[in-house]
Amino acid sequence: MAKKLKLPLDKQAIQDLRAGDRVLLSGTVYTARDAAHQRLYELIQEGKPLPFPIENQVIYYVGPTPAKPGQVIGSAGPTTSSRMDKYTPTLLEMGLKGMIGKGYRSEEVKKAIVEHEAVYFAAVGGAAALISKAIRSVEVIAFHDLGTEAIHKLEVENFPAIVIHDVYGGDFYEEGVRAFQQ
Amino acid sequence: MRVIRYEEIVEKVATMCQEANFELGEDMMNAFHQALKTEKSETGKEIISQLIENAEIAAREYMPMCQDTGTAVFIVEIGQDCHIAGGSLTDAINEGVRKGYQDGYLRSSVVRDPIGRKNTGDNTPAIVHLEFTEGDRLKLKMTAKGGGAENMSGLKMLKPSDGVDGIKAYILDVVRAAGPNACPPLVVGVGIGGNFERCAYLAKKSLFRPVGKRHADPDIASLEIELMEEINKLGIGPQGMGGTTTALDVKIEVEACHIAALPVAVNLNCHANRHKEVVL
Repeated sequence: MAKKLKLPLDKQAIQDLRAGDRVLLSGTVYTARDAAHQRLYELIQEGKPLPFPIENQVIYYVGPTPAKPGQVIGSAGPTTSSRMDKYTPTLLEMGLKGMIGKGYRSEEVKKAIVEHEAVYFAAVGGAAALISKAIRSVEVIAFHDLGTEAIHKLEVENFPAIVIHDVYGGDFYEEGVRAFQQ
Repeated sequence: MRVIRYEEIVEKVATMCQEANFELGEDMMNAFHQALKTEKSETGKEIISQLIENAEIAAREYMPMCQDTGTAVFIVEIGQDCHIAGGSLTDAINEGVRKGYQDGYLRSSVVRDPIGRKNTGDNTPAIVHLEFTEGDRLKLKMTAKGGGAENMSGLKMLKPSDGVDGIKAYILDVVRAAGPNACPPLVVGVGIGGNFERCAYLAKKSLFRPVGKRHADPDIASLEIELMEEINKLGIGPQGMGGTTTALDVKIEVEACHIAALPVAVNLNCHANRHKEVVL
């Protein structure tokens, strides 16, 4: 059974999560992928404010397809998280509490997740039409010129995800594969 | 000499781009349903169910099954007695891709240059491979190739003495290293032989063969089956979260090569294995 979780995540909710848990997320998430991360990182380096309050928030690594007339958003599945690894420890240090993506994270990111008590979720890569049904509203809030890579503020309801890295250093990719390796 | 009009190619290409992204082929749907029966992991089963539901929504609502609507890659078989009237073949394909992606609300996922990285805004240019054949037909084969699996692909120049064991070991290495990143369950495309660039092309070309269809050469066919079994013992499973379905199929293409060489390329395809074919 999937656990229902409200976003932003509070400390207790994060501590209750374990690698392998199936969850349904409801609340606000911010999208950012390669180009947006690079810009966020540049702003931080220059000591400038970020376009959204990152503390306690969740970032979804996604570049949706354009919405057709009448759609809230186009298809919107996760992209590969490792391309954001370079920037993630800095964002976690600033208070980011969750990331949704797919695929491996670096050792630095895994360490920072434990240190800053955050969580890494995977959504099912390629299930983009299905996932789009969990997105209730979309607003582009920064970097409009980046198109699909702009930062979108999403309101999601029962967004399906799986916990990969928890605050205890659990790693569902490792555990899952170990169980079925022959 | 048969004449094919530029506009006809544009229209056909535009349609292919959209259909590839909206409708997953029957071969893939069958492979999903088969995997749902054999997968041993509960999480894995849940993921495969989501993929089936996702493909059904995409086909029903005419929306992309994946937000990464891919680079448009074409293998064009052009008969030597066929003439394209009204413009170049490459321009016609690019105009078709532009039209198909823009009209179909597909994502623009191509940057103009790899260092400046400014999006071209219309998913062009396409990648076009030409093969000359006899006759007067024009066959267009298209795939919308996602970036995640492409990024985890690899090529290695093995030594002839590495032999078939070396080939197998390298293919398993690539799949193992890709783990969840390439969005398993995968279709694994393998090129063996040729030279450096030809080998990569063979791997890509192998992916155009429908899932479940074996190579015509029985030795290559049995190598495909053997590799699929080995890959599925890795335990990676759907989305890399553990399971018995890591690859839905393995495709191999082979070609002559230099006496000093044994090139092997592995081109991974995610489960959004989107291929279309038309003959003009």
